[in-house]
Amino acid sequence: MKTTSFTKQEWDEALQGLSDSYRIFVPIREGDFHMFRPLENGIKPDFDFQNTRISPKSIIYPQSERMFEYTLEPEDPEANILKEAPKDYSPRAIVGIRPCDVHAFRIVQRNFDNPEFRDPWWVKHFESTILVGLGCNRPCSTCFCTSVGGGPFHEEGLDIMVYDLGDRFLAKSLTEKGEDFLNKTKAGAPADQPALQAAEDLKESVEKAFNPNVTMDHLHEKAVLDLFNAPFWEEVAFACINCGTCTYLCPTCWCFDIQDEVFAKQGDRIRNWDSCMFPLFTLEGSGHNPRTKKFQRVRQRFMHKLKYYVDKYQDGVQCSGCGRCVRYCPVNIDIRQVAALMNEL
Amino acid sequence: MHEYSEKIRDIAEKLLKNGTVDVFIGFKKGTVPMMNEPVLISDPEKVHTLHWDSHCALNLCNYLTGRTDKIGILATGCNSRNIMTHIVENQIKREQLHIVGIPCTGMIDHRAVQRAVQFKEILDITEDKDRLIVKGDGFEEKLDKKDFLQSNCLTCAHRNPVEYDELVADLVPEQEGVSAYEDVTQIENMNIDDRWDFFRDMISSCIRCYACRNACPLCYCPTCFVDESRPQWVGKSIDPTDTMTFHILRAYHCAGRCTDCGACERACPVGIPVRQFTKKLNKDTLELFSWEAGLTSKQRPPLDVYKVDDYNDFVK
Repeated sequence: MKTTSFTKQEWDEALQGLSDSYRIFVPIREGDFHMFRPLENGIKPDFDFQNTRISPKSIIYPQSERMFEYTLEPEDPEANILKEAPKDYSPRAIVGIRPCDVHAFRIVQRNFDNPEFRDPWWVKHFESTILVGLGCNRPCSTCFCTSVGGGPFHEEGLDIMVYDLGDRFLAKSLTEKGEDFLNKTKAGAPADQPALQAAEDLKESVEKAFNPNVTMDHLHEKAVLDLFNAPFWEEVAFACINCGTCTYLCPTCWCFDIQDEVFAKQGDRIRNWDSCMFPLFTLEGSGHNPRTKKFQRVRQRFMHKLKYYVDKYQDGVQCSGCGRCVRYCPVNIDIRQVAALMNEL
Repeated sequence: MHEYSEKIRDIAEKLLKNGTVDVFIGFKKGTVPMMNEPVLISDPEKVHTLHWDSHCALNLCNYLTGRTDKIGILATGCNSRNIMTHIVENQIKREQLHIVGIPCTGMIDHRAVQRAVQFKEILDITEDKDRLIVKGDGFEEKLDKKDFLQSNCLTCAHRNPVEYDELVADLVPEQEGVSAYEDVTQIENMNIDDRWDFFRDMISSCIRCYACRNACPLCYCPTCFVDESRPQWVGKSIDPTDTMTFHILRAYHCAGRCTDCGACERACPVGIPVRQFTKKLNKDTLELFSWEAGLTSKQRPPLDVYKVDDYNDFVK
């Protein structure tokens, strides 16, 4: 393990210097909010942020990804044969990712990389990525990572954890990949004892002041059908407009739809994010739709995150506590309140 | 406008208790600052959850579609115009409704407030007459409400409900001499390439979540054209052509029906000013047909009527 101290300028320069070895994604402000963008010429990372509006999920799992391509040209000997579409698996780094969003990758991994199934694209994108986390000095009022097994300085899943100590960054490698990344920066200085102590103090003071306290401790004991048939779903769902904001901003929502798009004789098979909030999500080929009602779709989203997942994997909820859905739901449906209703049923 | 809350609760309790309505649609106070949640109340004991302030900018008419019961509903000027449109378009019957009119002094642009405090996290915001008091960790700022109104409210010419069964307060003076279409004129004056670039850049961050469409009371089609799969009209990826097709067609479907309530723009999670599309069509229907949507429940919007004696030759 290696712990290196960088002035903020050294850190910025080090990242620029590494952009030959990695495709580096950093938070930048675009208009009113922060987004992860590739570090290219002229882009200045802005690490003074709470979290990005759109989660870094899309860096590993793009909203639209070409899986295969094919030709329908009858003369072509390879007509109608699906061929892998070119993809870029060169090494990349997400720098400044929050611990909750790393926790989210671990949740999503259960779906894409498990003993039963391995999604080749997600796995290859994930394995080519190094995660350089930035501890949360100022968790949002809508954050609740500590209620779902994470924390503002939670290190699990990270290759490097960075502490923002005001005038400098302290970067601690947690894996070999991380140590390699730090070595390649050829910058900074080994962290001295006062810097290590400052990081420890920072972590302690932030964690002490942060008590979101969303209770989910009884979810696993509840009977699925009791929750499914609970009396509160219509009321919870009333305000919902069935948009995809919650699911698309969520770092743990993994559902997708596969579409063929053909232009002239050239076809692409594309995987797009899908949302259980949309009626089309469950429309079957026969025309039957098992979830025609809004409350059924809203119930599905919360049941999947807070019950089905809990029962299936026996390791907490399918939520990293980032609070994006709480903050950006246009009608203010708040998962913290729904979790409490389910937990207390 | 937060002083309306008490009156709203009284009215809702009265209407529910005396059986005038089965349900009452209003807002309850949100769990995060500048957000309120639309709520349906059927139990008079629960009217205390009703709340009103200058962050009630979603359009409650959106919750009327297809209801068969008797409904009490709060309606600002723009919301009431959407209710008229709903009645004209047979989405609800006037007899089902008890419209509780809200004389509106404008809704707060939460993004502008966020900018004014340099994006620091806002933990609390309260209204004191014409002022907003914004608080967060280590700061407190007093802002003039009039400087932070949503842009559609700044140019609103119908702040009072166009039709109502009772009012929560006295009617407010309408704004005179407001010019609603300066921004549209600017876009019209661009050359065609610049205009295309303007709209392309404007929607470049769209994530196809359809919050704009779904926050809009006009969008009640059983299956939206973007959701049709047999045949499929529009691709579902975030390809710019498909995304643009969605936005432009959505706007055209609202032509002559949009009341510029701003719910679409408010709902957008990535802050796209989607009203730039609908406003152009509002301007066109005003200039071509002297028409503003939803001022009456007696006349159909210009683009869904046919008259044998139309003075234009092309329809004959």
